[in-house]
Amino acid sequence: MPNYIGTATSRVDGRAKVTGEAKYAGEFNVPGLVHGYVVDSTIPKGQIERIDTSAALGMAGVIDVLTYRNRPQMAAKDDAYKDEVAPEKGSPYRPLYDDRIHFTGQPVALVLAEDWETARVAASQVKIEYQKEPHITDLHAERARAFAVDSPEKSRGDAGKAFASAAVRHAAEYFIPTEHHNPMELFASTAIWQDGQLTVYDKTQGVQNVQQYLCKVFELQPDAVRVMSPYMGGGFGAGLRPQYQVVLAVLGAQALKRPVRVMLTRAQMYALGYRPASIERLALGASSGGTLESMQHEAIAVTSQFEEFARNDTGWGNLLYKSPNAKFEHRLVKLDLPTSCDMRAPGAATGVYALECAMDELAVALKTDPVQLRLQCYSDRHQGEDLPYTSKQLRECYRQGAAAFGWDKRNAEPRSMRDGSELVGWGMASGVWEALQMPATVRIVLTANGHAEVATAASDIGTGTYTIMAQVAADMLGLPIDNISVKLGDSTLPQCPLEGGSWIASSVCNAIANTARAVRGDLLNLANEMKDSPLAGAGVDDVALIDGKIVSKQDATRAVPIASAMQSGTADRITREEANTVAEDKSHARNVHSAIFAEVKVDEQLGVIRVTRVVNAVAAGRILNLKTAHSQVMGGVVWGIGMALHEETLFDHQFGRVMNANIAEYHVPVNADIHDIEVIFVDEPDEIVNPLGIKGLGEIGIVGVAAAIANAVYHATGKRVRDLPITLDKVVQFN
Amino acid sequence: MTPFQYTRANDVADAIKQIATDPYAKFIAGGTNLIDLIKYDVEGPSRLIDISHLPLRSIEPTSAGGVLIGAMVPNADLAYHPVIEERYPMLARAILSGASQQLRNMASTGGNLLQRTRCFYFYDTATPCNKREPGSGCSAIDGVNRINAILGTSEACIATHPSDMCVALAALEAVVHVIGPAGARTIAIADFHRLPGNTPQRDTNLEPDEIITAIELPPKGFSANYSYLKIRDRLSYAFALVSVAAALELDGETIKEARLALGGVAHKPWRSTAAEAALLGQRADATAFAKAADWLLHGAKGYGHNNFKIGLARRAIMRTLDQAARGTPQSISDKKIR
Repeated sequence: MPNYIGTATSRVDGRAKVTGEAKYAGEFNVPGLVHGYVVDSTIPKGQIERIDTSAALGMAGVIDVLTYRNRPQMAAKDDAYKDEVAPEKGSPYRPLYDDRIHFTGQPVALVLAEDWETARVAASQVKIEYQKEPHITDLHAERARAFAVDSPEKSRGDAGKAFASAAVRHAAEYFIPTEHHNPMELFASTAIWQDGQLTVYDKTQGVQNVQQYLCKVFELQPDAVRVMSPYMGGGFGAGLRPQYQVVLAVLGAQALKRPVRVMLTRAQMYALGYRPASIERLALGASSGGTLESMQHEAIAVTSQFEEFARNDTGWGNLLYKSPNAKFEHRLVKLDLPTSCDMRAPGAATGVYALECAMDELAVALKTDPVQLRLQCYSDRHQGEDLPYTSKQLRECYRQGAAAFGWDKRNAEPRSMRDGSELVGWGMASGVWEALQMPATVRIVLTANGHAEVATAASDIGTGTYTIMAQVAADMLGLPIDNISVKLGDSTLPQCPLEGGSWIASSVCNAIANTARAVRGDLLNLANEMKDSPLAGAGVDDVALIDGKIVSKQDATRAVPIASAMQSGTADRITREEANTVAEDKSHARNVHSAIFAEVKVDEQLGVIRVTRVVNAVAAGRILNLKTAHSQVMGGVVWGIGMALHEETLFDHQFGRVMNANIAEYHVPVNADIHDIEVIFVDEPDEIVNPLGIKGLGEIGIVGVAAAIANAVYHATGKRVRDLPITLDKVVQFN
Repeated sequence: MTPFQYTRANDVADAIKQIATDPYAKFIAGGTNLIDLIKYDVEGPSRLIDISHLPLRSIEPTSAGGVLIGAMVPNADLAYHPVIEERYPMLARAILSGASQQLRNMASTGGNLLQRTRCFYFYDTATPCNKREPGSGCSAIDGVNRINAILGTSEACIATHPSDMCVALAALEAVVHVIGPAGARTIAIADFHRLPGNTPQRDTNLEPDEIITAIELPPKGFSANYSYLKIRDRLSYAFALVSVAAALELDGETIKEARLALGGVAHKPWRSTAAEAALLGQRADATAFAKAADWLLHGAKGYGHNNFKIGLARRAIMRTLDQAARGTPQSISDKKIR
């Protein structure tokens, strides 16, 4: 029995975080640090005509102002700017490269000063004149120009014909506005040149991605650049691609030969990536008995003029529901904006919202209970690939979620349930995400005093990676968790992919298991070099490391203390570095699933919505840490409430500007908006997905939540709102 | 952001003296709005004169039977003061409907009156705004105007006043005590804030060299029949789309006196004597409330995104009057609208 895996272990980095000991990218102070402040473009498109930096340069404390004219050398080819997750098609944005303006908020100058306040004042004195060009930032205005991208899911049958002849049909268009990540921590980078070595503290979800990017952009040797991101105050996808402040910090450091920090303001962060606004068109055709005959899903989403960012919005129905005919299409509209990017559950948060609202509407048309309809359409195989799942306990999610919520007491009739002046609505939805594993390498250094250091280049973006790694290592090495130290967020550590896609837990924990097995093998060899070893003849898989001992699995009385084995072999330390085993097995679909049940109360006259209860039942394989897993899903639910009711980046399309570029006016839920949230983890043993049966939890918590709330609002009010956020004026017709 | 000097005023006379010497100086008390405006380059004072230490922190009874509130009393202290809670609960609830506890701890009573609008364009120096830069134009009229005004607007400006506290003060007919080089004077709250007209850059009738010393509440607090209802896009920590302060004096079911003010809809807390007169002598019921709402919203005009505010305000007025009449005021902690 494991001691730590599956328990509610508190965060091992909790103390460091609450005491301020944990340092973030903008907190590394070095002697002679120069502060950079970004001057950003006030226009969305055009050309810089004139830059006057004289006033800024004349201010005491200002060292230099960098622009495209006087910046240090940068690579000339597109390829250098393509990071690990850059869209395949397009030409990545190059910070401070030339006089072209591609989007509002684009950096056009970097003021470098002895202190941040001086840099900020001087930045307001940099005068820039532009030659403006006509711009367009409105998806709706440009939708006719949408073009199709390669769809990740194949179509099958004749969905159009099947829809036309279906007994019951539902077709509608849903809309999700642009949303921004708004992590608490501002994006920041500190770049330090010393003896030909560049060290960068960066806010990033992938230190090795940034390291490789900087090597290419600045034409540096790999061993000359080290990127670190030990802690992160929220990423959510915003930190997957290298952001422009890291380039500016390195440019500044190169120009001045001094350490430079560049920290963005909250408003400037609205010129980074964002969840693209998308129009989702659903058409579902069903038999009168309530099985799907046709499923069509088309998405039209935003990207920049210079890159084609697209995610799988439309294929999720293939994972959830049987339908002999299906058609999926993803289209893009190019606008004068930064390139859109991944944001928690990219593609699924938006696509499944639309799909699950459409399923609810179909259930209404069929006069069928929404849970019942999903069970009738339930698919035990991936419909697109015709593959079984490694595991899929979604039926159990529906059952346990419905039971915990009390779904059987629901009156199907809209507007039928009341609580005083409030209409009560109950809605539900399904959630789905991928259970991915990526190649990752973990190094373990076990010392003779019974301590182990576990290291990989992953970033802990706040999800609890430090903690789950310590838990898994402690169990695999048979040590107390306090004897494990975890090192992350340093590009010089063993290879690890970006922290994203919910794949880090499965990737690094399986790598720990492999590395721990190698350590165990070394220990067994040392033990068996001892005279009269009780473990003589045992192979590495015949023994386990338990309570500081190498123990025979057959006979627990046959054991050798780890310390004795190492002492006898005069080994001070054992160092091993192994990767996880990523199977190229295409015989199964690998997914996590969830069922969400939501209760809303809506003031009938005023349209004020309160989400009074949410139950999210999740089947995600082995749960490593009940506490961090619960937090992860609870956070997803809160974000889903925000997506349903609050979040929207407001554009003035005439100016091509974001008008609510601050978290006072860009609304996310506050405590008053949050009531009961119950998280259920459905038991889901899975020996196929990966050796430890881990599926990952980063994204699934948000998927489907907005749909469950939208469906509950319909049930409460009889009003179907198909464009998010669901504000009170969309629920009630006031005039 | 531009550099500024910082000085501290020792007493009220010193404050007036200091501000008279520098036309670009500003007083700073809690700084909960001004500091943001400086950071956004909307305000660029040459000097900040710190008045937060002035001895204007008392809450005292007046000889007329009302209460005099020092201008430096923090919003939080005011809202939780026993006399305010007991005699002027509508004011307490209005204050607690705004901002967050941290902000209310910092914000001063006088400063609350001088909050500037939250119109998106006012804060964005890359766009025209007549309030920020007279003569540059109003971007909100044809722009993102969901949060903007529906009453008392002009072609130059459709900004709203963001305060909750002031809406209750308007309903209570508070009096603002100010002092300047020409001496002390009082300004009725109804005359304190201005409509935008052709000079939207001027929010109030306070002269630039004057300082608010106190807010006086008349004896009547309407503690039996009142309510403050704030409707916004999330349940806390957001500015009002529409807010309503309603206070009634009832004789049985008959309305003897009525006060009604709206927030979030105009450049100042919005009152109408006709609306209140329409309630007098009437039975406190939906018919009377609807008439009052019609009067109060007379001439209301939407600008596109904010059209819904007219109907929302109408329903909010009726609901708040109903809460007041029933003696079941809107709770601050419970976001359910009773």
